[in-house]
Amino acid sequence: MEKANEKAYRLHLMVCAGTACVSNNSFGIKDALEKEINKQGLEDEVLVVTTGCNGFCERGPLLVVQPGNVFYQQLEEKDIPHLVEEHFLKGRPVKKLMYKPPKEKSPIPILSDINFFKKQVLIALRNRGLIDPEKIDEYIARDGYSALAKALTEMEPKQIINEVKDSGLRGRGGGGFPTGLKWEFVSKSSTNGQERYIVCNGDEGDPGAFMDRSILEADPHAVIEGMIIGAKAIGASKGFVYVRNEYPLAVSRLIKALEQARGYGLLGKDILGSGFDFDIKIVRGAGAFVCGEETALMASIEGRLGEPRPRPPYPAEKGLWDNPTCINNVETWANVPVIINRSADWYSNIGTKTSKGTKVFSLVGKINNTGLVEVPMGITLREIIEDIGGGIPDGKKFKAVQTGGPSGGCIPAKNIDLPIDYESLTEVGSMMGSGGMVVMDEDTCMVDVAKYFISFTQNESCGKCTPCREGTKAMYEILDRITKGEGKEEDIDLLEDLAKSIKDSALCGLGNTAPNPVLTTLKYFKDEYEIHIKEKKCPAHVCRELNTYTIDEKTCLDVGHGCDLCRKNCSANAISGETKTAHQVIQEKCIKCGVCYDVCRFDAVKVK
Amino acid sequence: MAKLTIDDLKKIKEKAKRRTELREGGDYRAKVTVHMGTCGIAAGARKIMNAFMDELEQSKSSDILLTNSGCAGLCSREPMATVELSGQAPIKYIDLTEQKTKEIFQKHVIGGNVVKKYALGKGSEKTDA
Amino acid sequence: MTQEIITEIIGKYEPDQSSLIAVLQDVQEHFGYLPKDALTDVSKELDVPLSRVLSLATFYSAFSLQPKGKHPVHVCMGTACHVRGAQPVLEAFERELGIKDGETSEDLEFSLDTVRCVGCCGLAPVVMVGEDVHGKISQSKVSRVTKKYKK
Ligand SMILES: Cc1cc2nc3c(=O)[nH]c(=O)nc-3n(C[C@H](O)[C@H](O)[C@H](O)COP(=O)(O)O)c2cc1C
Ligand code: SF4
Ligand code: SF4
Ligand code: FES
Repeated sequence: MEKANEKAYRLHLMVCAGTACVSNNSFGIKDALEKEINKQGLEDEVLVVTTGCNGFCERGPLLVVQPGNVFYQQLEEKDIPHLVEEHFLKGRPVKKLMYKPPKEKSPIPILSDINFFKKQVLIALRNRGLIDPEKIDEYIARDGYSALAKALTEMEPKQIINEVKDSGLRGRGGGGFPTGLKWEFVSKSSTNGQERYIVCNGDEGDPGAFMDRSILEADPHAVIEGMIIGAKAIGASKGFVYVRNEYPLAVSRLIKALEQARGYGLLGKDILGSGFDFDIKIVRGAGAFVCGEETALMASIEGRLGEPRPRPPYPAEKGLWDNPTCINNVETWANVPVIINRSADWYSNIGTKTSKGTKVFSLVGKINNTGLVEVPMGITLREIIEDIGGGIPDGKKFKAVQTGGPSGGCIPAKNIDLPIDYESLTEVGSMMGSGGMVVMDEDTCMVDVAKYFISFTQNESCGKCTPCREGTKAMYEILDRITKGEGKEEDIDLLEDLAKSIKDSALCGLGNTAPNPVLTTLKYFKDEYEIHIKEKKCPAHVCRELNTYTIDEKTCLDVGHGCDLCRKNCSANAISGETKTAHQVIQEKCIKCGVCYDVCRFDAVKVK
Repeated sequence: MAKLTIDDLKKIKEKAKRRTELREGGDYRAKVTVHMGTCGIAAGARKIMNAFMDELEQSKSSDILLTNSGCAGLCSREPMATVELSGQAPIKYIDLTEQKTKEIFQKHVIGGNVVKKYALGKGSEKTDA
Repeated sequence: MTQEIITEIIGKYEPDQSSLIAVLQDVQEHFGYLPKDALTDVSKELDVPLSRVLSLATFYSAFSLQPKGKHPVHVCMGTACHVRGAQPVLEAFERELGIKDGETSEDLEFSLDTVRCVGCCGLAPVVMVGEDVHGKISQSKVSRVTKKYKK
């Protein structure tokens, strides 16, 4: 190796030789340093080099000492003998010459340098925070409806479809079906002289996700523009937006946006003078998760019970009122105008081989920065959780992240470097889903999480098919008894068997995917199940029936002076003691609510 | 309203840009945007909006545009607002209260001095679209 | 009285089955629940059998056949709220109000329901009382919240 005749220096002194520092006499400092180092006989140990601008010009001349990254600022030649003797000879860095980040004067960071924003790429959320969603002019000011103008006047329907196909855009509602391909199917199905329909799925059933709501609230015209372009491509004259009624703000902004678009003739007859007619109606959902499933959603639009029906026939052939129908998710539609404006080539450069573009996630749970993030496909979980999310609060340990909502699964911490796309998430047993991302830490019980999701799907099962209706119920009962300390060893096998049979025989996606949260937690966190079953303990202390609350009398008395707060808050009168005495939990009366544990300010209440 | 042609669309775009982009000789010298998605409103964005309105009224200025927009993404730091003075980078403020809002209005919107202690960052997000 | 309101609501929509859900939503919004005679009226005016109206009203969770309290309490049970401790909060409300999830107190002051994601997960766990959002709640803060609304 070349290292042979290279001297190993103990310290490297980097003197900034940027223009600003030079004009502040950094070369004089360099000479003084070298002179002093020779004087002390350190020339074989300490090397002085010059570097480019550090960006701290107003603090020059600058000197950085490596290793250690010690930063000296505003040096003068007279400081040098002292500095060399103290730091480089005796090893004591000179505090008073060091750079102190001044608290009050610290510059305001650049927004796009802040970790939360830095790694995000905004396409679907391109206008977030920038426009007033109730003013169509502001949308137009940011290139709004220019893609529509292009699609209506410069492109044939087939070209539009090809552009979307080439972009690689896949459905953002969960399944990830290629959008262009779906459009092609719909455009080719015969109508028997009837109409074709466009539907926007804004039911957003995942109970911890709010991507679609946020898009509808912040930028309703992006969705409307996408739908009109889609309508032109497949030859539809009527469209529906199905929105959850629990989203009043989204509904009211959408209503306003539709009125304004109609007022400008962007909806209705002869749009932009192109001869093309299309209009959109809002349908409010009524709170049933299964209505997010496309066939159930269409039944609901027709005013019937929101129950799925077997596919095929797919909506592309027989949809609303048995006519060809193109149904896409809110976020899918919001991507369309950008693809038309910027080209398929540009779009398909973002992302991975199989998953192009970006995905919006709602990042929630045990994470410092909660919010809505739009990231390029292929980003790793680590980048999302550590960089964008700012890590786990209170220094707790990251345990798992749940994606895909009730149809998805829990991905364990060991897979944190997983690059995210449709395929990689499926490979680890979860799925992309619509974009819910719930972060869990050491205080989250994975058996409880599995029970939570199964109880959700069990409640939401429409009841039409037996495996889903009865199977999820049976799974719930097993999980419930495990969390109550009544689990049996064979329960794990039983859960696996039930999961398999539901997956194979349920009618719709709700049932097919309902076992996923259980299967992934069983796969990655079997030990937690076993501790619940064998030791009747919940390691995260979430399953409260397995907890025992006690009070450490010494701490209570010595530190808390028997503050009595726990006793006052115990609704079961299960705590004995009075002010200035040690308190005790009367186990027979305790209902294990954990209030005493929450209220004690002295950590005297223990949970086991 | 008359139906738009493609030329009209371009005209609207130019006009709206002039209004919102705080250009030299434009209508406004300052723009204050309160981020009002469901999350922001739940965290108290309406109160912040009202506080800005009160301040604006009292200041009797006509060259300040007070507007709203949707969620800015960082829900855990709501309520949020963005203040932009003509010729300067916009500043995003977080964790707002009515008291902070008044201070920001007086010192930054009127006085031109950024209230650093409440600011998250300056500039805007990169959008590729 | 009810009859007139129903006629007015139905007048806003196309008079057929596809408007049924929208009509029921407006009725629910007006009365706070779906009164029995309102459903009969809807059935007559839209010419849909009452059994169909009832099956829709029970299928969709947005509808309630029982009157709700003056202060409807909605505890968010979305995933974000769940992992941040919504279950103990719900139980604390049950103890505090003396009613179970889905019930209304006898004096019609409070009703207690669970909802999924009210859309402010950043404030999890979240409880809504009427239109008021209470964020970052914990079971020991529950009595402080209910106190505000008690007579
Ligand atoms: C149980 C279930 C719930 C669903 N919920 C939603 C939903 O909330 N939003 C959504 O867009 N798609 C949902 N889907 C997927 C839709 O059936 C459909 O595939 C999607 O709307 C198609 O749009 P895309 O190709 O743009 O994703 C759900 C599917 C199932 C099986
Ligand atoms: S709150 Fe803590 S210190 Fe006070 S009496 Fe209870 S256990 Fe003892
Ligand atoms: S857990 Fe609940 S019931 Fe048991 S002692 Fe503590 S406060 Fe009382
Ligand atoms: S999960 Fe409760 S507000 Fe979203």
